[in-house]
Amino acid sequence: MAINYKIPEYDVLRDPQRCIACRVCERQCANEVHAFDPESGTMRSDESKCVNCHRCVTLCPTHALKIVKNPDTFRLSAYWKQSDIGEIYAQADTGGMLLSSMGNPKPYPIYWDKMLINASQVTNPSIDPLREPMETRTFLGKKPGRIERNADGSIKTAGLPPQLKLEVPILFSAMSYGSISYNAHASLARAARELGTYYNTGEGGLHEDFYEYGPNTIVQVASGRFGVHPDYLKTGAAIEIKIGQGAKPGIGGHLPGAKITDAVSRTRMIPKGTDAISPAPHHDIYSIEDLRQLVFSLKEATEYQKPVIVKIAAVHNVAAIASGIAAQRRGYHCH
Amino acid sequence: MQKEGQIRIPSGCAITGVISKSGERFSGETAIRSIEPMHDRSNGLGGGFAAYGIYPKNRDLYAFHVFYDSVRAKEECEAALQTSFDVSAAEKIPTRRMPQITDEPAIWRYFALPYDKLLQSTGLDEREFVAQFVVKINTQIPGAYVFSSGKNMGVFKAVGFPEDVGRYYRLEDYEGYCWTAHGRYPTNTPGWWGGAHPFSLLDYTVVHNGEISSYDANRRWIEMFGYRCTLLTDTEAITYIIDYLNRRHGLSLKETAEVIAAPFWNEIDSMSPEDRKRYTYLRNIFSGLLITGPFSILLGFTGGMMALNDRLKLRSMVVGEKGDRVYVASEECAIRTVEPTLDRLWSPRGGEPVIVRVNEGVRV
Repeated sequence: MAINYKIPEYDVLRDPQRCIACRVCERQCANEVHAFDPESGTMRSDESKCVNCHRCVTLCPTHALKIVKNPDTFRLSAYWKQSDIGEIYAQADTGGMLLSSMGNPKPYPIYWDKMLINASQVTNPSIDPLREPMETRTFLGKKPGRIERNADGSIKTAGLPPQLKLEVPILFSAMSYGSISYNAHASLARAARELGTYYNTGEGGLHEDFYEYGPNTIVQVASGRFGVHPDYLKTGAAIEIKIGQGAKPGIGGHLPGAKITDAVSRTRMIPKGTDAISPAPHHDIYSIEDLRQLVFSLKEATEYQKPVIVKIAAVHNVAAIASGIAAQRRGYHCH
Repeated sequence: MQKEGQIRIPSGCAITGVISKSGERFSGETAIRSIEPMHDRSNGLGGGFAAYGIYPKNRDLYAFHVFYDSVRAKEECEAALQTSFDVSAAEKIPTRRMPQITDEPAIWRYFALPYDKLLQSTGLDEREFVAQFVVKINTQIPGAYVFSSGKNMGVFKAVGFPEDVGRYYRLEDYEGYCWTAHGRYPTNTPGWWGGAHPFSLLDYTVVHNGEISSYDANRRWIEMFGYRCTLLTDTEAITYIIDYLNRRHGLSLKETAEVIAAPFWNEIDSMSPEDRKRYTYLRNIFSGLLITGPFSILLGFTGGMMALNDRLKLRSMVVGEKGDRVYVASEECAIRTVEPTLDRLWSPRGGEPVIVRVNEGVRV
């Protein structure tokens, strides 16, 4: 590897009096930190490769190894901390975006943990839950403005626009197949069926194995239009047009070609190995009138049997946008 | 001091009601005597009565009962009234000076009909026009509060114990075929006259014992249709819900009860297909109008009365019958006081409406 300014995060301490040069550490290290020097007959280490997995420490038969935080530092100031300088070097070196998995690496507030979900927007919490159970079944869909009656005076219940029935008022957020795995989609589909609610395909189409979960599936139509065909639209319980992006950051989406395997390629209806690019806007929707055309195209394709949802983000001016969508007489929800 | 609308008041209460199915008119003394033994269910911070059939001479005119906090409020309200209505009579509602009743506002009554031409130009049905007028006065003129607005009926309410309120308003001088009464037990009150029960819109009046937990969901829903819940009390919301379902949507009272005290989903799921469809439809279409939490309510309307408990029957309510009279009260003692021997006495199940109407052909 070329010389760089990065400071190894950890230091490998080897007690020469304990080490018997059995080379267990060398065989066990996936990062090739340890090596045997035949000339001196001793073990050497390259700590720049160490990620502190502790495998060598655990397996060393003579407990000769310790991994410690490397005390070496850059020239630091209150503003430029070790991590800032280190990250700049790392980015300059790789050109990559630095990401951390499994939570936030810095002591920022985790907002989700501090959020209070007010269920009373969708259902009525009881004052006295010991005596009065709380019901969570919820229906989504267009309601008639007037009650109509049959010839015998009874209330006409037929002819209601399509409705979604939720046993718990929670819909799973959209995550496409390809961006998440087959097994993840299978889990979402099975959980949605068991809970009596809906998961959302995201924009990657619907794998043929999951058509059986159609009654608990919301199929998405997004800017890339991946995997959209009549059977797909008719299989879902509802169709969602993605206008605003949900939890994922950035502008639009980019699934690299390496992730477009055989099954993903078939489901998305794109050639294997090609990048799947979802533009931020739909290139055929630049105004609310265009949106209306797409809504009615989808309704025509599904014979007006499926509710059409427009997903928008909770952005500036969202109230006017939502009201414009609702005024076109279809459901909507925000993220 | 904060008034209602600036502070939320959970309340407990006593209710009672009596109706003559033959339309025989009787004095308010019966209602006063009936509510009196339930004295301890109130705490002196609100009492009121609704009486039907009390203005036979003006039966075709809307009777507006109005509280005024100031001369200016009265001037503004009367100007608004005279712009839209042909006012036949304007008078102070007669009261009796009593040490128990204090801080009274000016209490006026008007008999009026909307001007024909004006009504036609709005394209509204007469009752809708009057309902909108009442909402307008109550939300736009500070210090004026229309607390009764039906034909041949009236609401009388005040801060005090209900039996005192009845005597204050000289209700023994009125005769009606149906009376409901309420004694209020708010646990925290600023004590305002408008906040006492019954709550009314047009000829609908509601007296209510309990505390509904769905208030905010109900309010949000009902305010989409032109109603304004200005008092933050749950009873006000119930009144508007009934007006919305029964008058504006044309649901029968039984269907209205099926919406506001709907069975639980697990009961609905095991009903016959026809019932299941109807209940599912109503709960779906009017999901925001389901009333949860403990309540017993008495709805008065022209020609009848409906009693309804929450679906779990979390508040007591009994019904008694004697001859052509039907009695409903929070406690049996309220009925026995005015009618010691009853033909029948029963406790309706939760969510099961008891609807009593005057006999066919009776002019009300």
